[in-house]
Amino acid sequence: MAKNRLRALRHRHLIGLEDYSREEIGLILDTADSFKEVIRRPIRKVPALRGKNVVNLFFESSTRTRLSFELAEKQLSADTLNFTSTGSSVSKGESLSDTARNIEAMQVDCVVVRHAAAGAPLFLSQCLSSAVVINAGDGAHEHPTQGLLDLLTMRDALGRLEGLKVALIGDIAHSRVARSNIWGLREMGADVVVCGPPTLIPVDIEEMGVEVCYRLADALRGADVVYALRIQLERQQEAFFPSQREYTRLFGIDPERLELAKPDAIVMHPGPINRGVELDSRVADSGRSVILDQVTNGVAVRMAVLYLLNGGGERDAA
Amino acid sequence: MRPDGPDTLGGAAGATGLAVIRNGRIVDPACSRDEQGDLWMRGGRIVDRPADDEAKSAAVIDAAGLLVLPGLVDLHAHLCEPGFEYRETVESGALAAAAGGITAVACMPDTDPVIDDGPTVEFIRERAEGAASKIHPIAAITAGRRGERLTEAGELAEAGAVALSDAGRSIGNPAILRRALEYSRMFDLPIFVHCEDPSLSAGGHMHEGSHATRLGLKGIPSIAEETVAARDLMLAEWTGGRIHVTHASTAVTVELIRSAKQRGVRVTADASPHHLVLTDESLSTYDTHLKINPPLRSKADVDGLRAGLADGTIDAVASDHTPRSVDEKNTEFQEALPGATGLETMLAVVFTELVRPGLLSLGDAVKAMSTSPAGILGVEGGSLASGGPADLLLFDPDGTWTVDAASFKSRSANSPFTGRALEGRVIMTIVGGRVSYRRDAPESP
Repeated sequence: MAKNRLRALRHRHLIGLEDYSREEIGLILDTADSFKEVIRRPIRKVPALRGKNVVNLFFESSTRTRLSFELAEKQLSADTLNFTSTGSSVSKGESLSDTARNIEAMQVDCVVVRHAAAGAPLFLSQCLSSAVVINAGDGAHEHPTQGLLDLLTMRDALGRLEGLKVALIGDIAHSRVARSNIWGLREMGADVVVCGPPTLIPVDIEEMGVEVCYRLADALRGADVVYALRIQLERQQEAFFPSQREYTRLFGIDPERLELAKPDAIVMHPGPINRGVELDSRVADSGRSVILDQVTNGVAVRMAVLYLLNGGGERDAA
Repeated sequence: MRPDGPDTLGGAAGATGLAVIRNGRIVDPACSRDEQGDLWMRGGRIVDRPADDEAKSAAVIDAAGLLVLPGLVDLHAHLCEPGFEYRETVESGALAAAAGGITAVACMPDTDPVIDDGPTVEFIRERAEGAASKIHPIAAITAGRRGERLTEAGELAEAGAVALSDAGRSIGNPAILRRALEYSRMFDLPIFVHCEDPSLSAGGHMHEGSHATRLGLKGIPSIAEETVAARDLMLAEWTGGRIHVTHASTAVTVELIRSAKQRGVRVTADASPHHLVLTDESLSTYDTHLKINPPLRSKADVDGLRAGLADGTIDAVASDHTPRSVDEKNTEFQEALPGATGLETMLAVVFTELVRPGLLSLGDAVKAMSTSPAGILGVEGGSLASGGPADLLLFDPDGTWTVDAASFKSRSANSPFTGRALEGRVIMTIVGGRVSYRRDAPESP
């Protein structure tokens, strides 16, 4: 495992990867590596967060992210509570600032929050004086633990991040996964190209340090990582693209198109996959696919983040 | 700096008595005047210096070191009454205006009920009796601001409406706006247009640009304003009607207005202090106090607005004072209501950010906030000429202060400038010869 100068994170919360440094990201990935050993043991439990409580606050439906966090928390011996509510805080009748006050009053140590509104985790962190906030996805803003597990998966499969060419394909405009990947990958020295119909490429995204292209072949050529994003079929109604058929014809990744990428290129997807839409099943289930490794790494990365933000690292750096 | 003299000139000297503001620097672009001197008032109006024996009896206000300016006239404020009194009332809004050196306010009709008939206009005028500044109601163009049926402009004008606007909404149907522009010519009422195509701005929360992309917020593109501005200007040109583009926010809108003026279209326009000073970059922490409609735009747009103000394409600066309650702002960004208060900060923001750096002369700033808006509304004021109303303010150009929302006279505190250090303070505001605002407990210099 790579030696890292940092022994603890500088940030108190994980709101996004935008302001995390290369050293901090490296520390999280290295710590996640060591938690992967824990996961492989017959008894997958360490006492790192014993006596700490963590609330999973999910204002937007999510299955895999919530399960992944919950598993990570339990394997760290934290006490966990789940709060699930869909719809806005306004329609629910309690404001997010009141929810924050309640959390504070209950002496919660850590809040994992998923919210449809971009900026909600930052808002929550500003309302709370002591609890740690971990963003589990906010609107189209960031999904930092997804970005980290993606980085870990790329590093595992290809041995490095520096200098990789990563192609993000699909709906960039509405994707928090894309944004967290872009920040993390750029910080770690990878090159990122985003590709999709112009309607789904947000304005001035070049300023985030990425290359933009509209032809799939240009994005795939020479890529080390082919990362397909989930296309929301509802976007058709908003005229972002005319039909699923046309989307797949232009941006669907099948074995022939994948030939343009490097011979050892890997295929990734944040799930759930629309099979036959953005990803052909022959690709999704091929030896190049690391989609299930992403899921496994998700637990390890979330254990690392929970551990490092809740006092781990200083006394016992991984 | 503290002026001497009675707290209210309506007391000792009386509104019918004689008063003099001594030794101030009188800046009155309407009369091309900028000089040290005395300003005399009697019976609520500005008068020439009386004969010596009479002058001795005058109440005296010492304005040494201060600017004496014509009272500001605000073209665009939401006073929220009737219907949203928890945000603002005519009374509290008028006091906030006076605290900002504003002696006349045009208030928008997006109330509940909407100001769209004579009795509602009269209600506003009744509420404004005795208020700290003059209130001029703007009435709706269409009933209920629904964009369908024209309001009775004749009755509205007679009741005291100074302009027509569907405040916060564009008229979707161009045929309705065409008729409104034609019909209002009878009464010489300007039509104030809010330029926004709702199909282009739908779901947007901030200016569409790199910062919205980074924050993951849906943007409001500049063209949502510009396409409607272009249409409305063409309709004004076609009909010969009077149009006023309020809170212009983009450089292209300024260019559209500039070229319309060159073609002789009867168009005037205003921009708000926040659009002249702040950009979308400032939203980096999802601060809901910076959520405004139209949204804070790019640096290029700010530059375009400033150039438009400097060359007269933008005639006026208007506050777009939009009060919101704490709960309407202290929430997720996408849930928060757009809007910013501005009555109490407009003058100091313009002075600090545009006049001090030399982007706008003091005379042009006063013209944009007083003379021009008075002309657009066709109301008295905007000048310190003898015979005009004694609506004026004393301004300390060296007074520095930090914007503290808690000290506002407005019922709401949603200022985008909270915490900002500003130069220039309103020391006293006089409306119709009466002191309507005087800064309390001034700190010693």
